[in-house]
Amino acid sequence: MYETTYHRATSVSDAVAKLGASDDAKVLAGGQTLLPTMKQRLAAPSDVIDVTHIADMKGITETAGGLRIGAATTHAEVAGSEIVKRMLPGLATLAGHIGDPHVRHMGTIGGSLANNDPAADYPSAALALGATIHTNSRQIPAEDFFTGMFETALEDGEIVTAVEFPKAGACAYAKYPNPASRYAMAGVFVAKTDGGVRVAVTGAGQGGVFRHAGLEDALAQNFSADAIAGVTTDPDQLLSDIHGSADYRANLITVMAKRAVAACA
Amino acid sequence: MANVTMTVNGKSVSKPAEGRTLLVDFLREGAGLTGTHVGCDTSQCGACVVHVNGKAVKSCTMLAAQADGAEVTTIEGLASGGELHPMQAAFREHHGLQCGFCTPGMIMAAVDMVNRLGAPLDEATIRAELEGNICRCTGYHNIVKAIAAASETMAGMKTAAE
Repeated sequence: MYETTYHRATSVSDAVAKLGASDDAKVLAGGQTLLPTMKQRLAAPSDVIDVTHIADMKGITETAGGLRIGAATTHAEVAGSEIVKRMLPGLATLAGHIGDPHVRHMGTIGGSLANNDPAADYPSAALALGATIHTNSRQIPAEDFFTGMFETALEDGEIVTAVEFPKAGACAYAKYPNPASRYAMAGVFVAKTDGGVRVAVTGAGQGGVFRHAGLEDALAQNFSADAIAGVTTDPDQLLSDIHGSADYRANLITVMAKRAVAACA
Repeated sequence: MANVTMTVNGKSVSKPAEGRTLLVDFLREGAGLTGTHVGCDTSQCGACVVHVNGKAVKSCTMLAAQADGAEVTTIEGLASGGELHPMQAAFREHHGLQCGFCTPGMIMAAVDMVNRLGAPLDEATIRAELEGNICRCTGYHNIVKAIAAASETMAGMKTAAE
């Protein structure tokens, strides 16, 4: 790892000031992706700004329309939260299957969303549930937040502070993890929302997480695993690598979607 | 270089550390506690697991500065006096190690597992919870047996204490 300077932010405004004070600073929101990347010298920020000690960015609260999760809340905290388990059980299950127990003690929801890894789990939940990403300066609908592989709508110096999830009638997540890395080769989040059935797919798309119109339409007609058995995905839009071809991932999407729908029941 | 201060196994340790110094290097080289191992250095194997403020973390994937002010427990902090911690004793009893390289991380992960989930722990839970710890010798069977046995002992001790 190249040398870096560590800063511990005490508030959101302090973090924004520290981030803005350097051309090449990065937010350290748990570090379970950033630090391995720095160790491989694939990233070399001059400064890292630790946001995990900011009280305003932590914790889970019930709101009028759903729940709010502070960006510095760990995966373990989301997975173990009684509020999340009761209101959005699919989200708790998802958080409880990220990485391993040790990673879940450090990694945070805000870090995962801001990184937008094409195989990360959280982006699928945010997109399927129609979450709103809160930053230090604005609120961004998930629909507009994820703009491509490792790309988001965040501006330079902008920090994710919280995520607001609306209530859902039912929701579930199913993923097929890579046997070695445990990252999703295809992960499907299905949600019955006020705006209808929404389905988001991670791990498989060339442009990162995406909504699946074919699955949504079929489930809107008939919310059952059988109804989507014949729904296909165009492999031209999917990732193809040493772990699996685009055709294989296209098939996995249907299989995972069926499992998620079955888990909603 | 800024000073980093933390409580390691109940004792205060304060040493200068670079921003990039990993917690595992601070523990091994700064505090002289070489029981915590670096296996893969890529956040996968779990040989470096320690407890930070009571939670198991991979110390190769945390900066020492992130643990500034924290309470850290390493494998050296488990035994009291000359007596092994029940988890250590169970690993010995059930042959839960061969080469022993992964053992410190396995034991720290196992103690965290019992602390979080209580006891007794069934085999499926133990295997799922060992997701982040890799052993290349034993095939895990004896590690799982050791953790199951220790979870019962630890539950018994807790009951006796109450």
